[in-house]
Amino acid sequence: MAKKINLIIDGIPVTVDEGTTILQAAKQLNIHIPTLCYHDDLCVAGNCRVCVVEMKGARTLPASCAMPVAEGMEIMTNTIKVRTARKHIIDLLLSEHNAQCTTCYKNGNCELQNLAAEYKISEPMFIDLVPFKNYQIDAYSPSIIKDDSKCIRCQRCVRTCEELQHVSALGVAYKGDKMKISTFFENPMFEVVCTNCGQCVNRCPTGALVERNYVEEVWDAIYDKGKHVVVQTAPAVRVALGEDLGMEPGEIVTGKMVTALRRLGFDSVLDTDFSADLTIMEEGFELLGRLKKALVDKDPSVHLPMTTSCSPGWIKFIEHTYPEYLDNVSTCKSPQQMFGALAKTYYAQKKNLDPANIISVSVMPCTAKKFEANRPEMRSSGYKDVDYVLTTRELAVMIKQAGIDFGELPETHYDSIMGESTGAAVIFGATGGVMEAALRTAYEVVTGREVPFDGLNITPVRGMEGVREASIKIEKTKPEWKFLDGAVLKTVVAHGLTNAKKVMDAVRAGKGDWHFIEIMACPGGCLGGGGQPIPTNAEIRQKRADAIYREDAGMKIRKSHENPEIVAIYKEFLHEPNGHKSHELLHTHYRERERY
Amino acid sequence: MANNFLRRVDLIFDQDCNFKDVLKSTYQRSNDDIINELLESGLKGRGGAGFPTALKWKFTSEQADVEKYIVCNADEGEPGTFKDREILFKVPLKVFGGMAICAKVINAKEGFLYLRGEYRFLLPELEKQLAQFQSILDELKIDFHIKIIMGSGAYICGEESALFESMEGGRGEPRNKPPYPTVSGFRKKPTVINNVETLVYSFMIFRYGAHKFKELGTADSRGSKVFSVSGDTPKPGIYELELGMTVEQFVEEFGDGDTKAVQVGGASGFCVPRKRFKDTIIGFEGVPTGGSMMLFNSSRSMYNVLHNYLEFFEEESCGQCTPCRVGCQQLKLGIEAVKRGERHATYLEQLQKLAQTMKITAKCGLGQSVANSFFSIVENFKEEMIY
Repeated sequence: MAKKINLIIDGIPVTVDEGTTILQAAKQLNIHIPTLCYHDDLCVAGNCRVCVVEMKGARTLPASCAMPVAEGMEIMTNTIKVRTARKHIIDLLLSEHNAQCTTCYKNGNCELQNLAAEYKISEPMFIDLVPFKNYQIDAYSPSIIKDDSKCIRCQRCVRTCEELQHVSALGVAYKGDKMKISTFFENPMFEVVCTNCGQCVNRCPTGALVERNYVEEVWDAIYDKGKHVVVQTAPAVRVALGEDLGMEPGEIVTGKMVTALRRLGFDSVLDTDFSADLTIMEEGFELLGRLKKALVDKDPSVHLPMTTSCSPGWIKFIEHTYPEYLDNVSTCKSPQQMFGALAKTYYAQKKNLDPANIISVSVMPCTAKKFEANRPEMRSSGYKDVDYVLTTRELAVMIKQAGIDFGELPETHYDSIMGESTGAAVIFGATGGVMEAALRTAYEVVTGREVPFDGLNITPVRGMEGVREASIKIEKTKPEWKFLDGAVLKTVVAHGLTNAKKVMDAVRAGKGDWHFIEIMACPGGCLGGGGQPIPTNAEIRQKRADAIYREDAGMKIRKSHENPEIVAIYKEFLHEPNGHKSHELLHTHYRERERY
Repeated sequence: MANNFLRRVDLIFDQDCNFKDVLKSTYQRSNDDIINELLESGLKGRGGAGFPTALKWKFTSEQADVEKYIVCNADEGEPGTFKDREILFKVPLKVFGGMAICAKVINAKEGFLYLRGEYRFLLPELEKQLAQFQSILDELKIDFHIKIIMGSGAYICGEESALFESMEGGRGEPRNKPPYPTVSGFRKKPTVINNVETLVYSFMIFRYGAHKFKELGTADSRGSKVFSVSGDTPKPGIYELELGMTVEQFVEEFGDGDTKAVQVGGASGFCVPRKRFKDTIIGFEGVPTGGSMMLFNSSRSMYNVLHNYLEFFEEESCGQCTPCRVGCQQLKLGIEAVKRGERHATYLEQLQKLAQTMKITAKCGLGQSVANSFFSIVENFKEEMIY
């Protein structure tokens, strides 16, 4: 047990574990100390200095986020010294910040704005520094817009990119008054190793890093009478959207969301979960096919382990970082892109629509999906398969703009076709979910029996551990899968690119004997995606995950291959998993990108 | 020297020193004995902050880690100081010797000398001297090696934790303290980091004994110190002087007869105006200095002097913490605005309050010490700031 430390904060004695910071200790006493550079998910920086407190006997005011407690310490969080210093610091930050709040995308959701409001900063105390700098907005990326004039140099983005993602697309450049957050050779975000994951956007306290939003474009499409606008919603959106609309984390809002989308004016409200089920069919059979080639045909050209391909952040990461393993990536497009390709082919045929008049919109927990939709690989319908990608946050903006009282909405069901889904698809939104869904189907295909886990819950692949291994023994197979009888299928799941790197380094070193690898670029999987409501932390992500598994447990059908619309599409259109039509529309290959 | 009060001392550059003997005899002593002698001498760090050297060594020696380091801070970047350059040029063996003694006390096998980027010209000779030093250690069968690491010219890298970051290949940014270097320094291992001059004095204390060092100086400021004298003086240069003199005594010796102010301790130090020469002691009881002494005569504009310092800090701040990064820019632009009449003279008071905030909230010594010159110049030369 940790050693206990006694200290006094604002006259109140408190006992905490050794190693606790003053900030954490104050929190235990429900004393709020303002912070900016501090973030639950990141290492302590101690550079904004907003959280300074007075410490008896000390000449300076320590930053409470970075100062560990000590026996007998006396801390004061609200003295004239502290207040003056904090106001100065907020004033300084405002002086270097382009405070055009009314026209800022983050207006109303900005930590600096909140702080200025809390301290009633009425008139600028210092000289406005923005005109002295030659700021230019980096708006080349289809995913992320970077505006240095709003940056307060807290380095949350830098720490996110380095610690959580091991990408380091963002770093600190120059020093002193010229110090800024920049990229390699100050290239635009679009041209560097950035994976577009948007974790930086999720943690930026101001409007310096935001998603490129397509709200106006989507409204225009909706208002255009000549267009048939379809919308698909990703699994993780339904467990987080409520947070941006006044609800608590962990609320499942699927039915309300569908109603809201219909009220916004979308012609058809469909579900990415449908194409998630389709992904399982395609990817599951692809894995089985690779295993057969390796074990039966002894084909040396087969690439194992196979990795998932749903996460566009992961795809861009491997293109830059482990290009020699691109053949190991499943050729399946992500569910978003499978949906897009089918919307302008299968769906258009069934509904007797001209694909040229279909606008396909997706709502994603993700900023990398915006980049993915713009990839040249993603036009197999003959059109841009997905026209616009909205994040969960942008959808919330549209719902608010439409004057909809979200909490009071009735719940309705998705339209058909491509609106039916299973529990297996819902769990795509959580780390380990694709693995679990794939195992549910693959095991049953091979053995004719359900996976040997209580209630279909493959708990070993669930959880928030960064890297999780699980193996499943395949016994008593159907005759056509005899070669797999007695085989142990080894799998590993990783989320957050730092963990992805661990797994890929093990593969590269020949240390991982896995067959199937699931990688999600974001912490917690899509539910912790860069397009999800702000703020994020481990607690919020856990609540979203719990909601996802609740949603799965409550579904009537919980295995992808039992989705009636999936059965139908194979019968009517695709004919078989990994067949000719599938390869034309649902599969692709990625290519190496340079590191610099 | 003509001045009665100033005592020239010759400890540092004393050439009559058998390096090998001093090292050998010191290595035969117990660690406690060495620490006690150093403690007895009263030696305080010569970089400017003045932390007792013996305690740094003691704290580090008490750490259980197997891996520990001694680092010599030769990133002499304070405006107006150039004494470490002279020391490294003239008596590098003594610097290495001080490191070797420290290495014995803390049980370090590796030492590093972090050399200021602008001092690259010293490197070839230093490497030669280092080879000689290593051969003496080999003779004495002492297992200790020193490597020289080049800085790249950032002032902030003279701050000890930024220096470690730089040595580790990172960006020169100060770390949060605690932990202090004695617990977590280079490579997060217990590290003693001493200024060049401090290490030479340590070495000389083991040559002459603590008593000789202690005879010099005052109760708070023991021994002598190497000063870098520059500015409006007929005799700029390096002088080793006994501590404890007043600014008046100093000016009598080095001034040009028209000295209106002395900046003690460089840009991060204090400006002493003529009216305070008499009662200001140069040392830890008065104005401490890392050695920089800049004299200004009445032809100088103190506004320009301060502006120059602020420009320096604005550029040399690492930029990570708000008070320093933005504060420096505001102080500079602020005095410009007052000078141009764009802001009322009372804005100087606002700026002084800001400087006070910087002094107590900046993450490291750089940002904290900007207030020193700002206060002392604005306070004493207000009319020059406004008109």
